[in-house]
Amino acid sequence: MNAPRLAVRDLSAVSLRDGNRPILRGVSLSVDIGEVHGIVGESGAGKSTLAKAILGIIPSQVKLTGGSIEFEGRDLLTLSPRALRAVLGRDIALVPQDPSTALNPSRRIDAQLTDGLRRKRGLSVRQARRRARALLEEVQIRDPERVLTSYPHQLSGGMRQRVLIAAAFGLEPKLVIADEPTTALDVTVQKQILRLIRSLQERHGTSVLFVSHDLGVVAKICDRLTVLYMGRVMEQGSTADVLTAPRHAYTKALLAANPRYDRPDTGLEPTSPELIAALRAEIAAFDAGVAEPRRG
Amino acid sequence: MADDLLVARGLAVSYGRSRGLLAPRQSAPRVLHGVDIRVGKGETVGIVGESGSGKTTLGRALLGLVEPAAGSIFFGGSDITALDERARRPLRRRMQMIFQEPMSSLNPRHTIGRILVEPVLLHGLAKSRAAALTLVNGVLDRVGLPRDTVDRYSYELSGGQRQRVGIARAVVLQPEFVLADEIVSGLDVSTQAQVLHLLKELTREMHLALAFISHDLSVVRSICQRVVVMREGRVVEEGPCERVFAAPAAAYTRMLIDAIPLPVVDPGWLARGAATDTTGTR
Amino acid sequence: MKHWPPASSTDRGPKPPSAAVRLLRDPKVVGAGGFIALLIVLAVGAPLLAPKDPLAQSLALATVPPAGFPEAEPGYLFGTDGLGRDVLSRLIFGTRVSLTVAFVAAGLACLIGSLLGLLAGFLRGAVEALISRLVDIWMAFPPVLLSILLVAVLGTGLHSVIAAIVVIDWTRFCRVVRTETMAQAQMDYVVAARAIGFSRPAILFREILPNVAPVLIVLLTLEMGIAVVVEAILSFVGLSVSSDTPTWGGMIAEGRQIVHEAWWVLAAPLTALFATVVAFNQLGDGLARSLDPVLRR
Repeated sequence: MNAPRLAVRDLSAVSLRDGNRPILRGVSLSVDIGEVHGIVGESGAGKSTLAKAILGIIPSQVKLTGGSIEFEGRDLLTLSPRALRAVLGRDIALVPQDPSTALNPSRRIDAQLTDGLRRKRGLSVRQARRRARALLEEVQIRDPERVLTSYPHQLSGGMRQRVLIAAAFGLEPKLVIADEPTTALDVTVQKQILRLIRSLQERHGTSVLFVSHDLGVVAKICDRLTVLYMGRVMEQGSTADVLTAPRHAYTKALLAANPRYDRPDTGLEPTSPELIAALRAEIAAFDAGVAEPRRG
Repeated sequence: MADDLLVARGLAVSYGRSRGLLAPRQSAPRVLHGVDIRVGKGETVGIVGESGSGKTTLGRALLGLVEPAAGSIFFGGSDITALDERARRPLRRRMQMIFQEPMSSLNPRHTIGRILVEPVLLHGLAKSRAAALTLVNGVLDRVGLPRDTVDRYSYELSGGQRQRVGIARAVVLQPEFVLADEIVSGLDVSTQAQVLHLLKELTREMHLALAFISHDLSVVRSICQRVVVMREGRVVEEGPCERVFAAPAAAYTRMLIDAIPLPVVDPGWLARGAATDTTGTR
Repeated sequence: MKHWPPASSTDRGPKPPSAAVRLLRDPKVVGAGGFIALLIVLAVGAPLLAPKDPLAQSLALATVPPAGFPEAEPGYLFGTDGLGRDVLSRLIFGTRVSLTVAFVAAGLACLIGSLLGLLAGFLRGAVEALISRLVDIWMAFPPVLLSILLVAVLGTGLHSVIAAIVVIDWTRFCRVVRTETMAQAQMDYVVAARAIGFSRPAILFREILPNVAPVLIVLLTLEMGIAVVVEAILSFVGLSVSSDTPTWGGMIAEGRQIVHEAWWVLAAPLTALFATVVAFNQLGDGLARSLDPVLRR
């Protein structure tokens, strides 16, 4: 087996504002070439922080306290800012969550798309615009010229998300991080966008790190899953294994709490207090183990 | 039907008409086109649709917060379509609403206690502030919130707790009908489960009629007996949940159900329905 | 009925401090507020607190430098002006005029402007259209011209200074309050209040107004600073109170003429003016920060 494209090893982070409250607790995962890897968890699980750490954009009040992020064998955390920017600009891209805030409302689409192409690929204005048009066609936009000359508010949510996906995949990165890319969309549009991401990913052999709180969505697009709770990996494995034969109690509880239209009585059982206590104990044990070496 | 509590027929609403605050506009675009809907006593009806379906407007029209351009609404047998604010006030006690965003639906400058006590006093369900507080404490116990919540402000509570306050406010007046507008949309799955469970118990105990607006069909399936599917201001399909989900009659309903991703691995799911992909055109 | 605990650890801890406590902890509020409180004390107790009679002239003691400088006189801390009057006492009495204008003029402008702004923002429709047009037309008049016109009609004096400020600045409050009211009126808690059956006045004053108040308070403190400066300008050109009553603007006018022989006569009222305006601005700043966290959380 080749080396994975992305390997996060034992990554830990704390929030400086909350008295060093841990946000990530020794998270490890790997994403192979061409793999779509899902990071699942509820809010506060640390999914966003993990994605931001890989992109090098963690907020100032968050501090990484240990571990490594290896991209194609090089630890991103040890690179110089310049080298890091080169890698991020060329090889790692982001599809953000909210299409309405990720685009600049006062600039046309063609300007925003060609920005990246010109700066990171050194294309001329004309070349960049041609490429932008081709990108929009690739994401199945039927009237790319109209979209290019539009402002974001003139486009629907689904259309905007297609533009962002075009921007992300357009630079042919090796890794795309999709941060809840369909959460703000209608369910029928969501399916179309998921289909699009999958087809682009397959065509270009891109690895995708897919962050979501929705187990249904990751079931349809991800090859492997990592389940996070309070910054700690609760379960990891192939999507089929994790969903049909979950081993950790948290995963089981998460599945049970998800309402399903084909099973009317699901989704009404809240997580039991016993399970929450057990989870808290597990987290506390981890924190204690981390603190120990300092005392030694 | 004898058991119907709320019946609306031919309900039409134009964009920009909020009850009593604007001059009437003749040719404003329609948001609802002749919608029929009924909710029986103690029944839970789901209203589903994507964005632009008009489901939120329908809910507000039923509660008399938006003036209909056409159609009629009957509550408990009486025509309530054209009532003015004063005539409507006694009715308000019997029809209540829970909102999606508890952060913006709870006045940030009022304590939770004030938010819950004032409606009680307004409708005369208690004679004194102390009596009202006793009532409120009872409701807080019932929704599983600690009693010191009365001294807190909404920003001090978690999302799930705020939503419980929203529920408490809706039921403290002992209404007959409650409208829940996307109340679990922003919540974690486990918090959502708690809120839905609480709501289901309350509707059973208090024999409440509930209209549950949601874009999430799976959630609707878990607590509703009947479902109304809406698209672009019209009712596309209506019927018992069992029937609609098992054998949807309308193509749109079928498409909607098929688009829901269940947490099971299904390799063919993505490809299904690719022929009707339209986002590239809008 | 079981009490379901929250699944994620978002339990709030002990109650965060109330608004009053938060206010008192903010250094800007305490510092600036303290300074203004001092000014109020001086204004109210001027006859008792001023060391000398502000109007008492003495040619023998003209242009005496402030304490610490050569040829200073004991008892005249900030020196005397060209007519031998005690600068400090005049400064203290001048506070009366400045603060009266600050509170009354700013207060009235705030009251009128806010009321109209609330009505415009809440009722919308014809009412809003009318008030907005009124504001637009009003703001088209050049303010300086308007105030001179007013003084010409009403005669010089504190009443016309106050009138001038109110007449010109109410529009500022109206526009800001209108916008803020419109924003608040869209919020779901207003819809909730309607659904519960509260009357329209109740909704406007009990639900919306408390949420507009923070913006209003900040604007009010800023306006107070502006009012003080406007009064100083008008008394500088002699359009304010009669020349008997000491005003900071008047002192600046007098001091300007003898700035080479007695710089302190100009420096004292300028410093007082500056410090007062800064204090009002800082108070507004501090209030904005300590009152707003309610919404920003």
